[in-house]
Amino acid sequence: MIIDTTEVQTINSFSTSGFFKEVYGLIWIIPILTLILEITIGVLVIVWLEREISAAIQQRIGPEYAGPLGILQAIADGTKLLLKEDLLPSRGDIRLFSVGPSIAVISVLLSYLVIPFGYRLVLADLGIGVFLWIAISSIAPIGLLMSGYGSNNKYSFSGGLRAAAQSISYEIPLTLCVLSISLRLEIGRNDQVVLPYDSDLDSSTVDIVEAQSKYGFWGWNLWRQPIGFLVFLISSLAECERLPFDLPEAEEELVAGYQTEYSGIKYALFYLASYLNLLVSSLFVTVLYLGGWNFSIPYIPIPELFRINQMAGIFGMTIVIFITLAKAYLFLFISITTRWTLPRMRIDQLLNLGWKFLLPISLGNLLLTTSSQLVSL
Amino acid sequence: MSEFAPIFIYLGFSLLVSLILVGLPFLFFANSSTYPEKLSAYECGFDPFGDARSRFDIRFYLVSILFIIFDLEVTFFFPWAISLNKIDLFGFWSMMAFLLILTIGFLYEWKRGALDWE
Repeated sequence: MIIDTTEVQTINSFSTSGFFKEVYGLIWIIPILTLILEITIGVLVIVWLEREISAAIQQRIGPEYAGPLGILQAIADGTKLLLKEDLLPSRGDIRLFSVGPSIAVISVLLSYLVIPFGYRLVLADLGIGVFLWIAISSIAPIGLLMSGYGSNNKYSFSGGLRAAAQSISYEIPLTLCVLSISLRLEIGRNDQVVLPYDSDLDSSTVDIVEAQSKYGFWGWNLWRQPIGFLVFLISSLAECERLPFDLPEAEEELVAGYQTEYSGIKYALFYLASYLNLLVSSLFVTVLYLGGWNFSIPYIPIPELFRINQMAGIFGMTIVIFITLAKAYLFLFISITTRWTLPRMRIDQLLNLGWKFLLPISLGNLLLTTSSQLVSL
Repeated sequence: MSEFAPIFIYLGFSLLVSLILVGLPFLFFANSSTYPEKLSAYECGFDPFGDARSRFDIRFYLVSILFIIFDLEVTFFFPWAISLNKIDLFGFWSMMAFLLILTIGFLYEWKRGALDWE
């Protein structure tokens, strides 16, 4: 009886105080549009950031003519690509050719559903949160294969096959690292009061961030799972096909890989998918390993800040979004610097790294985490 | 069920956005001038040697099959990892038996060279 009323009370309090969870149906359009706008602006910022950082690394000046400091460069590029002629290669499979880039973009866009920007600022607080990202990111290689085959070009075909092989090889270490984090053995088990957001089946991203919120930045999963962090970083760079795992686009080898025959807006879609993937990987690194939206300076008594984190006030929301984005942009900086610093790996070195090195290490990490959790109980 | 509503609406939006972007050039280029040089496959300026749909290496196929096996293994890991507090040591060792069988398979394919040369 006590559990029943507690549950009912918590359900009531959730449904009345949740900012986005109140109503069904089309009211969701507003947060979805906000997210899409935020993603678009994020991609524009990343493109500009990449060009500025690469310019700084190569000791030259980046874009400076499109808008002040070259901020509108990405928009200028996008408009140019929009107005270019859309070529369909002769004897290529037109339907596969046209649909390929769209599938790559859609699968990456859908991954943004489960990223929490704040305590209630997540589009879909599913119980299977992170698993959704893993599952949907496995659809991207299908788009790459379609593009490679439908182009009727040997280089595209080779590039598409290599890109798909690379993507699927690095899915498994990625999934195993994510699994090691969502392992949760709660100390308060069957007979104590179950906290309201503690359901039985949980890979929810909100709960992963909540579990890191206790000791400031010493509570980050980065310290609990250092091996997992390194493996996740390498695997997500390989998933995004960024250097040093750049072989599908290697200009010396394959012209432009599966993107060779593309022009105009479909080329822009591949470009967009690549940067969207980079942004979502950085956001996932912050959510999984860096404590998400928590203001991570430890042991400073800021009770009013904590209350702001839980409230749905506008000031609290902006602070929380700002913290998440700041941590994500730290990883963007690392990814971009890595791209312009390290040389490219060959395809056999790449697949060796994925299968023979990262897979056993991430499996070992999972077993280590499991056994240490079981032993400590 | 209400937590899946945003997923469908978001999926609809993504489809709309990408298909609009793909269909937009058709507005601008009603009659574009295409000639065979523009439309033929790019092979560094030469005419393409032979057909593009040639045979490809069987190692790509092997990598895909290995991926399926390990992906299914990881799919079985997910519910086990989450419910570990309820199944204690017995559940742990059951999954270790499953993992042992798959690890033996992995070592076999490693030694036989299915993961080599690419």
